[in-house]
Amino acid sequence: MSKEALFSKKNRRLISDPLNDNNPITVQVLGICSALAITVQLKPAIVMALSVLVVLSLANVIISLLRNLIPSRIRIIVQLIVISALVILVDEVLEAYVYDVSKELSVFVGLIITNCIIMGRLEAFGMANGPWKSFLDGLGNAFGYGWILIVVAFFRELLGSGTVYGYPIIEKLGIYNYGYENNGMMILPPMALITVGIIIWIQRIKNTKLIESK
Amino acid sequence: MDVNKNTYTIFFATIMVIIIATILSVTSLRLEPLQDINIALEKKQNILKSIGVEVNRDGAEKAYSIYIKEEFVLNHLGKRKEGVSALDVKLAKEVKRKINNQSLPVYIGDINEEKKYIIPLRGKGLWGPIWGFIALNDDLNTIFGSSFNHKKETPGLGAEINRDFFSNQFKNKLIYENKLVRFEVKKNGKGGSYEVDGISGGTITSNGVTDMIQERLEKYLPYFDRIRSSNEVESVLLQMDSILIENEIILN
Repeated sequence: MSKEALFSKKNRRLISDPLNDNNPITVQVLGICSALAITVQLKPAIVMALSVLVVLSLANVIISLLRNLIPSRIRIIVQLIVISALVILVDEVLEAYVYDVSKELSVFVGLIITNCIIMGRLEAFGMANGPWKSFLDGLGNAFGYGWILIVVAFFRELLGSGTVYGYPIIEKLGIYNYGYENNGMMILPPMALITVGIIIWIQRIKNTKLIESK
Repeated sequence: MDVNKNTYTIFFATIMVIIIATILSVTSLRLEPLQDINIALEKKQNILKSIGVEVNRDGAEKAYSIYIKEEFVLNHLGKRKEGVSALDVKLAKEVKRKINNQSLPVYIGDINEEKKYIIPLRGKGLWGPIWGFIALNDDLNTIFGSSFNHKKETPGLGAEINRDFFSNQFKNKLIYENKLVRFEVKKNGKGGSYEVDGISGGTITSNGVTDMIQERLEKYLPYFDRIRSSNEVESVLLQMDSILIENEIILN
């Protein structure tokens, strides 16, 4: 078996695929619950995207290294334990060294553990592929998840609270003076689903191969 | 090696659990002192915030020693308990105790030579605990300032209680009416003297804030009565002094 280059075409696809053609949220429809809960503001969405990036890529590597040792009957439990141990470790370290970030994470710690994207990738990819590929796959899916999260959060924060990353942009531009009001519905959970729906719609207009044949 | 045999499965599970448990407990023990320092500093930051002093965590220690003149612990009758520091009282444990065993911490701040009574609060939000500090003017009824925080309320909704727009509303509101806590966080609060507006989408957290203010501040009534009566005695004595002086002036 010839050794594959680190960034061969196949490996690059591991990162680029989840951004569009195989996006975890808009195509696989995974991780919707967390996308809904934390996209009211941009800042938590970014923190969540970064945490998922760390946890997903590390967990994928660990599971991939252990893949030949894990008894198949308890593999889901093993995956869960690896994920939750990583999440708790990350949280403890943050709480000790960067306390503010850890407070920002607060409720999401639990959400990372239950994020189906992570379990889905471990089960579908980490269990069957080598560590390097698993690492790339983890990165790719975390990016795919992250960009959707950030886009949704951007629009929900802008239209719902009139701010971007906490900066009161609408107020500074003086748009309120023309009778504009924030749309309170944007900060309620259903609007996250509708926003994701709109992204899926746009994505399918651009990317016709995603449309199922009748 | 057959990884699907029962014995192997049990062996694998045991080893894995032991390794992970060890890693987690070692990190937790190692990092605990660092985390405790952060938590203690944050507490001081929050106390200072309730009297309008905003400092970053590094400056908290110094500012605390400047602005907080006194800290002590009361029992349920409003008498001071000796030998307990207010900062060491864990309110999470105290609120679960019976009232006559509780320690009630008080911090006395000093802003422009005026005494501010800072009362710590603790209660329940939607997902977990919420807490805060409320500072009263020396009439023991008007709110001077407040600060709130939470463990895991929903970001953008209940979690907004730690934002300034929420705590700023509390300024100059009144707490007690006829020895009862009347103050509340109201849905669509219209700005009466005893209410502030709650957070849309965060009703349960807002109600939690009301509950904790009502539950906690009620406990301090005996102490406040005590201060009020001693203040009255003081002002009567002062009046008597001035009468004596006037008499002397007349006599002379």
